[in-house]
Amino acid sequence: MDDIKILDTVERYILGDMTPDERLYFEQLRKTNPEVDQLVVEHTIFLHQMNRFSDWKNFKQTLHDTHTDLSEQGKIKANELTGKARVVYLWRKSKRVVAIAAVIAGVTAIGITILVNSLTPQQKDPKVQELVHKVNVLQQNQQVFNEKINSVVKKTEAPIIPTPVRYNGTGFLIDPTGLMITNAHVVKNSRNIYVQNNKGDQFKAFVVRLDVPRDVAIIKIDDDNFKPVSSLPYSIRKTASDIAEPIYTLGYPRDEIVYGEGYLSAKTGYNGDTLSCQISINANPGNSGGPIFNHDGEIIGILSAKEPDLEGAVFAVQSKYIYQALDELRQSPLYKNVKMPSKSSLVGLDNKQQVKKIEDFVFMVKGD
Amino acid sequence: MRVDINEKELLQGLARNDRKAIEIIYRENYNMIQSLVLSNSGSAEDAKDVFQEAMIVLYEKVRSGRFELNCLIKTYVYSVGRRLWLKRLQQMSHYAPILENLLDVVPVEEEIEEIEKINDEFQAMDKAIGSLGEPCKSLLEAYYLQKKNMQDIAVSFGYTNADNAKNQKYKCLMRLKKIFFAHYKNGNGNG
Repeated sequence: MDDIKILDTVERYILGDMTPDERLYFEQLRKTNPEVDQLVVEHTIFLHQMNRFSDWKNFKQTLHDTHTDLSEQGKIKANELTGKARVVYLWRKSKRVVAIAAVIAGVTAIGITILVNSLTPQQKDPKVQELVHKVNVLQQNQQVFNEKINSVVKKTEAPIIPTPVRYNGTGFLIDPTGLMITNAHVVKNSRNIYVQNNKGDQFKAFVVRLDVPRDVAIIKIDDDNFKPVSSLPYSIRKTASDIAEPIYTLGYPRDEIVYGEGYLSAKTGYNGDTLSCQISINANPGNSGGPIFNHDGEIIGILSAKEPDLEGAVFAVQSKYIYQALDELRQSPLYKNVKMPSKSSLVGLDNKQQVKKIEDFVFMVKGD
Repeated sequence: MRVDINEKELLQGLARNDRKAIEIIYRENYNMIQSLVLSNSGSAEDAKDVFQEAMIVLYEKVRSGRFELNCLIKTYVYSVGRRLWLKRLQQMSHYAPILENLLDVVPVEEEIEEIEKINDEFQAMDKAIGSLGEPCKSLLEAYYLQKKNMQDIAVSFGYTNADNAKNQKYKCLMRLKKIFFAHYKNGNGNG
């Protein structure tokens, strides 16, 4: 009880709440009693600190209130961020989170891509434009019309079947009896397939083997008008070719056979695809399925696709997959005796002479 | 509308805790600090903290009585706010160089150090009072911060008379003083 009274008195003394008499008496007490004096000193420090603390706290409160008032009155641009400022603010506030999320998403996406790639057979990248020529309806009708007229005028022995063509590409013989190679994407959606040679003769064909992941198709001419050829001048290369090797192709980007030349630019294809290789050549829709020859007249690949955004970047299926497709074909008893030209007879000839010997064996492939 | 009131009067008003003066200083300077902080990876909340701390620096300065401002209030507040935000960025180990408008700055290192000390002290006090729990916290705040008299406190806290309130206040005060002087002597000893 005494302590409370003493402290109360000290406090009143420090705050100047005493009457003059009381004060006089207390100062006397302070002089004679060191404990009281000590308490006064100590409590003065404490109260001074408390006062400053009080001011600090009250001032902080004032600032807070002022802030709220001013922003409510719209005198400062605080809190109520709108429009662009808000977007910028939110972006700044969350950019670390966004960055982390993006990294996680990125890693996940890459992980899934790797997983999917390792588990599924290689598919054609949709970004790569397959060089199938989609002939428009008007042209088709005109062609049908022309063919009809021709059939009447010429009275050819074999009735030409008018076919509304949806796809066309290129193909080439790999065997004298009429087996041909083309791209799987040229024929896979077609019910009826026709091939047409350089002279305009058209023959019916059917698919014997379709390897969509590798984009290789084997088709066979099945038409009485087709006379088996004596022998093929070119061969198919078993091993990979070297970069910068000069190459050329024959194909049907239009109704006429078209020659194009270039060079092998990379040993892998689109996005490092090991099934194909990259060549630099001028290719157009219709070139798909065409043979790629080196200067010895060996087929090193099948022209299959190009990157639409990149001029001159064309991809070809590597020729070893032709062998692979044939090996698989030979499993069937019907085709077990199929032989491929083992040696090119074109070695040493220039391209002009080579093409002359080759062009009869390169066909336009049409599907509907 | 720009109120024509000179800088000296504003500072005197601030020292007196005059709400009008505080409002004017606040209004004239806040957007400047906010745009500095916002354009340097801070949020609106950061801007408010930095600006209010700069205001406290100014407030403590003018109250100390030995302060003569030899630049505009704007320059001073900007210098302090800029320094505070730089420091904050460094603490967040954000090394990006600070982008700023080409405004004048004055050296404010001493003030910043001082205010940090003061802030530490007061935050410790705040924490000490909080640690006492109720009713001590409210009781001491009512008496020492809001400066209410014991009669009013007794009534609003439901004590039967002022003596009971005083009794309770005394117990609380002793506990607070114990913590305070432990901290105080510690602080001085280390300092």
